[in-house]
Amino acid sequence: MEKRCMDSQVKGVSTGTTILAAIFDGGVVIGSDSRASIGGEYVSSKTINKVIQVHDQIFCCMAGSLADAQAVIKAAKFHLSFHSVQMETPPLVIAAASVLKELCYKNKDELQAGFLTAGWDKKKGPQVYVVSLGGMLVSQPVTIGGSGSTYIYGYVDAKYKPNMSREECLQFATNALALAMGRDNVSGGVAHLVVITETGVEHVVVPGNKLPRFHDE
Amino acid sequence: MAATLSMMPHFGQQISSKNDLVPDWIGQEVSTGTTIMAVEYDGGVVIGADSRTTTGAYIANRVTDKLTPIHDRIFCCRSGSAADTQAIADVVTYQLGFHSIELDEPPLVETAANLFRASCYRYREELTAGILVAGWDRRKGGQVYCVPIGGMLVRQPVSVGGSGSTYIYGFMDSNYKPGLTKDQCLELTAAALSLAMERDGSSGGVVRLASISEEGVERRVILGNQLPKFSTH
Repeated sequence: MEKRCMDSQVKGVSTGTTILAAIFDGGVVIGSDSRASIGGEYVSSKTINKVIQVHDQIFCCMAGSLADAQAVIKAAKFHLSFHSVQMETPPLVIAAASVLKELCYKNKDELQAGFLTAGWDKKKGPQVYVVSLGGMLVSQPVTIGGSGSTYIYGYVDAKYKPNMSREECLQFATNALALAMGRDNVSGGVAHLVVITETGVEHVVVPGNKLPRFHDE
Repeated sequence: MAATLSMMPHFGQQISSKNDLVPDWIGQEVSTGTTIMAVEYDGGVVIGADSRTTTGAYIANRVTDKLTPIHDRIFCCRSGSAADTQAIADVVTYQLGFHSIELDEPPLVETAANLFRASCYRYREELTAGILVAGWDRRKGGQVYCVPIGGMLVRQPVSVGGSGSTYIYGFMDSNYKPGLTKDQCLELTAAALSLAMERDGSSGGVVRLASISEEGVERRVILGNQLPKFSTH
């Protein structure tokens, strides 16, 4: 009856986490919390950055087993930079997502890692892709992941609108992460956000005490 | 399901449930995997629930009424095992009715909540029941009490429960403020339940709402096609 998220049964250090990515008018916001925990009892890092740059304008968020995710991303970065050199052009966001998907699908028995990939490319503009635990690849305008995401499905469904402005989308992402961190004990710390547009990449870090507070806090 | 099995005893016993002829849900317990919500406002409470009862993947009842009257101005919202919650609600209805006759006064919501808690805590190993008790009494006005699995009792201005509740914690935290009017509470509850029903496979059907105040109880139903829609993406 109570749904147990996959992340809470992960081996070793787990990014019991909240990650999200959302497309707005002209770009994409990708963000995460910053807590890494062991078994939900010990916070092994309060300020880990789960938003990893895999290329100039393509970022990934990882969920699941931290070790698996880091290993996959390392391999994906290599594949992607090689691909980019061969093609003599920056890689497409879907290429980055497909590389992750291949690794996750081919090694699905050993791995427990899922990814959100967000970025901007010349062909299709801002995009968000989800690679789930078994290696499914899906494109969505907004997506959330990690153990904390269950608590904000309702909020995201209600609040996300296509073609928001940059400020609206940043506020939406910050609120969503803050709400999830408020309810999930394995998500917390600061909110790491990255805004990717045609012109470039901007990092926004919202420390814990500057996160929006809601009525009961 | 148990009734069906006893009417065809040979069928059920000779054929294993791994076989395609016997669906999985025949052996499953009936559960109100659900979404329930209760909100206090100044002068009363608003309660709401979805209407789906499942046995495994089969929807045994798609128009269930999970808002059960315990007394004139006290209701409970049931989640968990359908059998357990019905049994507990029957026991508490009897106990509360008796108590109210002895007192010669309408009972307090806190009393009803404590009766639920007493049963849920004493038999915590055997039961799977998550209950919201909500109502109005003259002493403290509108009140919502949460009695989750395990038998804790806590009063909260707004509370959600059931399997679908996890998806709407964020929505509820950001949208509830103290001092809402009755109509705002009704809108908030309907929106929250619709969001949960869209995401939780064990919740669905129609939204049943009730508002309880000094004047009495007002019940309404919002059908599936009239629910607020959020799935634009």
